[in-house]
Amino acid sequence: MEFFTQAWPWYISGPLLGLMVPLLLFITNKQFGVSSNFRHICAMFAPKSIGFFNYDWKKEIWNLVLILGTVAGAWVAHTYLNPTVGVGDDTYAILNQEGVKQFDGLAPADIFSWQGLFTLRGFIMIVIGGFLVGFGTRYANGCTSGHAIMGLSLLNVNSLIAVIGFFIGGLVMTYLILPYILALQI
Amino acid sequence: MKYIKFFLIGIYFGIVLTKAEVISWFRIQEMFHFNSIHMYGIIGSAIVVGATSVFFIKKFNLKSFGGENIRLISKEYHKGLLPGGIIFGLGWALTGACPGPMFALVGNGVQVMLVAILSAIAGTFVYGVVKDKLPG
Repeated sequence: MEFFTQAWPWYISGPLLGLMVPLLLFITNKQFGVSSNFRHICAMFAPKSIGFFNYDWKKEIWNLVLILGTVAGAWVAHTYLNPTVGVGDDTYAILNQEGVKQFDGLAPADIFSWQGLFTLRGFIMIVIGGFLVGFGTRYANGCTSGHAIMGLSLLNVNSLIAVIGFFIGGLVMTYLILPYILALQI
Repeated sequence: MKYIKFFLIGIYFGIVLTKAEVISWFRIQEMFHFNSIHMYGIIGSAIVVGATSVFFIKKFNLKSFGGENIRLISKEYHKGLLPGGIIFGLGWALTGACPGPMFALVGNGVQVMLVAILSAIAGTFVYGVVKDKLPG
């Protein structure tokens, strides 16, 4: 029982995450991939004139159910399994210098909160950030689950290209752009 | 009800994401600053497990529990892989969350991530509208 309330090292949680691949393949004969859900949600409401959303989204309800389960599971972990966050001291030092002031919890509370949303900094990170995630994952046809985990499990070179893109984008943002955004005091 | 198994697998996913600390904005920054093996170890070992399972499925022609041939479909090459990946990466470093963790964060009480999800849906929608004008 203690296992569930302790912090999980990567060599435990990583393999458990990787099990999503065989779990979905053996139990349901589906491939792991979360970002397509954004497309399915669009397809529910979009006019048929937009070809990209004109398909039978009802066949993909399974994936929407899966992410609902994800919300529920996260709630279970949050409530009963004592989730922790341990991050390296170097990272804290860099972020503190760049303008992050709150380090409790899963994300800086002064940014990732309803109050934070109405600051320029929070708006950029939440709304623009979210928009880039939604646009980019469809343009690449996958995210870290679909390309990095499922795609690379299939030894798919195309997924490797996407993953390289993920890191180029992430590093450019982290080193070149984010410091200016974090410094915004409004 | 046939969707129950997906809900349960989702619960497992949400628990693992949360306990793995993958949903922490700080952990993602740590990853992009190369400050720890944590995120690389998680993604790497997840791929090892996933690839091993795919290997056994192919080698022994394993069937699903329902008796079906397991469908393994590799995504095709298209020109959007790299630019799309870069755009996603830019957003990932801002939000500290890729799609799965966005939902897990909501379950962990970070309600404002609902706005990020709505934004992501908007981004997907805009992509659907402009995609024919984009390379790839």
